[in-house]
Amino acid sequence: MAVHSITVKVNGAEERVRVPSNMTLLRLLREELGLTGTKNGCSAGECGACTVMLNGQPVNSCMVLAVEADGAEVTTVEGLGSGDELDVIQQAFVEVGAVQCGFCTPGMLISARALLNRNPNPGEDEIREALVGNLCRCTGYKPIIAAVQRAAKMMRKR
Amino acid sequence: MSDQQTLRYVGKSVPRLDAFDKVTGAAEYTDDVAFGPGLLYGRVLRSPYAHALIKRIDASKALAVPGVKAVVTGKDTPGFIGLYLRDRHIFCTDRVRCVGDSVAGVIAASEEIAENAMRLIEVEYEPLPAVFDPLQAIKPDAPLIHPDLGSYHVAAFLLPKPGTNISNHFKVRKGDIDGAWTKCEVIVDEWYRTPQIQHVPLEPHIAVGRWDRSGEVTMWSSTQAPFTQRNLIAQAFGLSQGRVRVIGNLVGGGFGCKAGVTMEGLSVAMAKLVPGHPVKVRFTREEEFFCASTRQGLVAHVKLGATKDGKLLALEVEYFWDGGCYTEYGTNITRAAGYSSTGPYVVPNVKTDSYCVYTNNPSAGPMRGFGMPEIHWSIEQTIDRLAERLEIDGVELRRMNCVKTGDEIVTGMIMHPIGLTQCIDKVAEAIGWGKKAAPSAPHRKRGKGIAIMWKAPAMPHNPGSEAWLVFNDDGTLNLGVGGQELGQGAFTIAAQIAAEQLGVPLDWVRLARPIDTRYSPYEWQTVASRTTWSMGNAIRAAASDARKQILDLVAQFWDESADDLDIRDGEVISHKSERSLSLRDMVIGGLRLPGDQGFIGGPIMGRGKFMPTYVTDLDPETGQGKRAVVHYTVGAEAVELEVDTTTGQVEVVKVAAAFDVGKAVNPGLVVGQIEGGVVQGLSSALFEQLQLEKGRPLNASFVDYRIMSAMDAPKDIISEYVEVGQDDGPWGARGVGEHTMVPTAPAVANAIYDALGIRFNEMPLTAEKIYMALQEQRGAED
Repeated sequence: MAVHSITVKVNGAEERVRVPSNMTLLRLLREELGLTGTKNGCSAGECGACTVMLNGQPVNSCMVLAVEADGAEVTTVEGLGSGDELDVIQQAFVEVGAVQCGFCTPGMLISARALLNRNPNPGEDEIREALVGNLCRCTGYKPIIAAVQRAAKMMRKR
Repeated sequence: MSDQQTLRYVGKSVPRLDAFDKVTGAAEYTDDVAFGPGLLYGRVLRSPYAHALIKRIDASKALAVPGVKAVVTGKDTPGFIGLYLRDRHIFCTDRVRCVGDSVAGVIAASEEIAENAMRLIEVEYEPLPAVFDPLQAIKPDAPLIHPDLGSYHVAAFLLPKPGTNISNHFKVRKGDIDGAWTKCEVIVDEWYRTPQIQHVPLEPHIAVGRWDRSGEVTMWSSTQAPFTQRNLIAQAFGLSQGRVRVIGNLVGGGFGCKAGVTMEGLSVAMAKLVPGHPVKVRFTREEEFFCASTRQGLVAHVKLGATKDGKLLALEVEYFWDGGCYTEYGTNITRAAGYSSTGPYVVPNVKTDSYCVYTNNPSAGPMRGFGMPEIHWSIEQTIDRLAERLEIDGVELRRMNCVKTGDEIVTGMIMHPIGLTQCIDKVAEAIGWGKKAAPSAPHRKRGKGIAIMWKAPAMPHNPGSEAWLVFNDDGTLNLGVGGQELGQGAFTIAAQIAAEQLGVPLDWVRLARPIDTRYSPYEWQTVASRTTWSMGNAIRAAASDARKQILDLVAQFWDESADDLDIRDGEVISHKSERSLSLRDMVIGGLRLPGDQGFIGGPIMGRGKFMPTYVTDLDPETGQGKRAVVHYTVGAEAVELEVDTTTGQVEVVKVAAAFDVGKAVNPGLVVGQIEGGVVQGLSSALFEQLQLEKGRPLNASFVDYRIMSAMDAPKDIISEYVEVGQDDGPWGARGVGEHTMVPTAPAVANAIYDALGIRFNEMPLTAEKIYMALQEQRGAED
């Protein structure tokens, strides 16, 4: 297996790593960089638990090869907020109670953050559409959608 | 005491304690734990046959692959494993009983090496006749799937029939059924089916086993049942439970499929061959569909009779459960379905036969509701059919016949105080029952439906809970529990109960986690919606114990009566002398007596336990007994929906739900359980079915097995609860986690009938099925 040297900016910090050709971005994050917040629910791009932002776009990191991220900027759930200061979307998830088992939560937060970045005032249908690739089996989605609406409102107030 | 005070935390929607870690990615699930460079990986070779004898296994080529450490087969795991009926080996010994059964395991330096080497294992099978439908499998000439059924260890309350595929037969014979039919003026007689479905937790099953050279076994797993896994794995390997340690990290969704044991023994069996090395086995999503537990399929025959004024008189039901190839857990689902077979109704004459039937379909087991969603699918549609024949409103018929406080129920037990009629009234009002709204477009039809439910925790008679609490130097405390956080909020509830009962600020309570059977107090399993009730009682007892020690000590110190003292906000106060003393000044180092006379007290540790002691057997011939269950939680749901007649697609416009939770310890978490359960119920009603072709799942992925997404879930869910207290629950609390998906599917079916005039006896109600039925209806009208 060929090994490649890549440079990738993860949550603002530049990482130089050597990765085999077949390594996914998900494995790079979890197993090489120790960023286990991003979850693996299906390895097939179908559940959204592994969603990260790649150059600002939400992607299933199990469907992206690590070498494809060479030169890119990646944001994972660990990159939201700073220190003990939560991002508004994280804060809204806590306040609304949009978290149950928590396994879909990191991917859900990234998809929601990406939505709010491109549209700070989304309607309910737009929120549902933006989250359609992130499956949740616990909450029934209602509190998650309410949390995104709340976060949007908090952003507008700031 | 706290009971007389205004409650500070119980009854309040405090935010979840685990939310911060879960939104920052810090929450640790089993696959997130660092196991070091010694970690090995296991992959499992699976049977391509639904039923076959294993004639020969040759692993020599696999063993020759660089990086492969060992190969395990059934000869390494001769012991049996299972919760109520020990009917399976960890790896198959002489035969496979379903597609996907575990044949051999490869342990290697990486998953890729293990996976590739696995393909080099040669297995010679001798295919056997297989059977896939419980109605076929129950016939005397059906292929026998467990010839040794008679020799399996089985719980005393189950009745397997050796020499058949019936692993449990539960009977009710109540009243005079034959005489009653002659008095019935209206009788409904129908057959219903619910398919095998999958729990689909977002986190696939995972276990990491390590077998030390000293013979100590440690296992990390995503489990609802660390202590039960300890017990069953110790039994299977002939070990003392004391030598098996199970560490349960956070669980990324369970819904029953991580109760008991499913795949965890695989990791321990593999680890035994590579002492000292942890071995990680994680299911792929495909394995999740093939090899994790499914919800049992059900073929139900229901015959229900009433007088013309709507009094239920007679019920005869036959339940043929498709338990799949192993029914070690499922047997007790069929028992629960039997003793709850009337649904939440009083029927004086009942004949029930609930059969757990082996088939060569995937292994089935507990799922949210434990048989109740399946039986209510048939009961609640039958009630609606009866109402129509009687020309009595469905809500009115339910109110008339539903179980009320003090009624004698199907097993002869007298019903404890419950508020089912209040639940019915709440949802009927919320959905606007009796008011017909116009559909939103001419090609759409609109309807409303209702269904009610009951469910008791189904468990052994005596499942226990323990709890302890110990203090830190500053008076804050660590609370030990053995119940698991599955997302339902168990840890938050636990902290609320401890803080309330002891009298300390909520943020002084820290959960001792992860659950570790070596250090955590005992808990049978986090199942049956029993945790708030049972573990809650143990926590309350532990807090009472610590509280008493503290008050007695301070009373001695102050020379006062403990009756005049209280703990508020972490301070001991005297109502009499108005003195106060902070816990931090006495819970570790005791109290120094004046005049250099030494100390009294010492570190405080609170201990508590709870176990129901009053559950009795049921007569095996009649299903009658004093008290078969600890309690029932009841509730109701109503659905309003529209059907697009050009596509058959259903849009759920509104759902109203109400459950009698006894006491909502955390109302926000109750609402969370209702909203989540409603959507899981809708998903099962409209989409879900494990498509099986000769026992092989054809839709083993999220693309082919659809669950509700954010686009599908209804916008309007009204969640309500009533509080008719449970006499032995903490502040009156009963469980509600599972109940919320029980009435959903039949409420949908009843609403679709209201909209279209078409009945569907088989779940799920896919757009295709509805469209085809509409075509047929149009054909009939032409």
